[in-house]
Amino acid sequence: MKKQLLAAAIVFLLVGAAAYGAFFVAPTERTMGPIQRIFYLHVSSAWTGLCAFFICFVANILYVFRRQPQWDWLSISAAEVGLVFTTVVLVSGPIWAHPVWGIWWTWDARLTSTFILWLLYACFLLLRTLVEEPDRRALFSALFGIFAFLDVPLVFGSIRWWRTQHPQPVVMGGSGSGLDPTMWKVLFFSWFAMLALMALLMRARYVMEAARGELEMVRHEAEAV
Amino acid sequence: MSLLSSTTALLGKELRTEFRSRELLTTTVVFILMVIVLFSFTFDPTYNESRRFGPGLLWLAFLFAASLMLQPCFLREQNNDTLSALRLSVSDPFAIFLAKLVANTLFLLFTEVLMLPVFAVLYNVPVLRVLGQLLLVFFLGSLGVSIAGTALSAISAQARMRELLLPLLLLPLLTPVLVASTQVTVGLLDATPFLEWKGVGFLLVFDVIFLTALWLFGEYLLEE
Repeated sequence: MKKQLLAAAIVFLLVGAAAYGAFFVAPTERTMGPIQRIFYLHVSSAWTGLCAFFICFVANILYVFRRQPQWDWLSISAAEVGLVFTTVVLVSGPIWAHPVWGIWWTWDARLTSTFILWLLYACFLLLRTLVEEPDRRALFSALFGIFAFLDVPLVFGSIRWWRTQHPQPVVMGGSGSGLDPTMWKVLFFSWFAMLALMALLMRARYVMEAARGELEMVRHEAEAV
Repeated sequence: MSLLSSTTALLGKELRTEFRSRELLTTTVVFILMVIVLFSFTFDPTYNESRRFGPGLLWLAFLFAASLMLQPCFLREQNNDTLSALRLSVSDPFAIFLAKLVANTLFLLFTEVLMLPVFAVLYNVPVLRVLGQLLLVFFLGSLGVSIAGTALSAISAQARMRELLLPLLLLPLLTPVLVASTQVTVGLLDATPFLEWKGVGFLLVFDVIFLTALWLFGEYLLEE
């Protein structure tokens, strides 16, 4: 308990420092002004969400081949935390886009694929609530998770090729797009803070899911007796 | 029994079951027809507008119809308690999937081919000159839908609210198929028709990736 509190305090400080960096250390962007500072939350959450989904995918594969409930617990923790970070991305995106582009949303490759990614993992969690038997639930959701993750590059590719009519209206169009070195540093620090937050949340969720799994097992045994 | 011979035997069973009742095909055809008619009220179906919106609505109708049509695929086996028998009858469980997905592709293609002239007449879209290419897109698209749909119907058959669950799992997964096949169809229905090979290749890649995934993980979907 003490260790968890300490970890939470460290993560709190890290996120606070990242916010400080975003507001006071990073230079103001020339054309967009202060609103661009949401970038540090937006992009770092997006990367963290993707990391969480990747962890979920690895856990799914490991569950299918090893059948240890730990991998199932890890996969649901990763999927839920990833979904939270992706929600942050989907909400902070329009808040940033409206003053800058003049529109809340555009159906370009990155936005649309993030949305589909969000939908896929929302369905992943939904599927888990609809299968009663724990082993079957774990196996089916793991298999769906694998299919969903395989689908992500295809979704991105298809939308990028056919649905994005204009070049990216975003400033950071890739590496070497002229991001200030301080901006890069703040961005990476924010990402690090978000990863720490992700680890903290995932651990808490994992402990909860493990307890639930054990309770389910005990209940099952009690029913058998 | 080799994979090929058991697949052919099982495919024969799938086709026989369907052609005895023809329930699936008739309901799907009526469903697609209804969507095509209802869609005409959502925009002004003039010659030019139809060309722009037609392909999208056609593929959406196919996708929705497929998500309903694939429902009984494994549910039937489960209700009749025939899944274990099926598993025991073949050495490679992939044969079960292969037979079912080929059957589903054929059913889908059949309804699509039946509905194409209706669509062409109602929306004034000339399709005869690009019929071959259209059939190629229909085939590759339906194959992708059937591969993903057959795999997921094995999952949804064992869940609660299965009627709602299958479309929910399937439709977001099929986004790439919808985008690519719609784009190729748009090109084919253009005033100067052209076949977008990039789209055809993309559909092929989708089919290969998901078929490989099904081959690798399919047997786990049939575990008791």
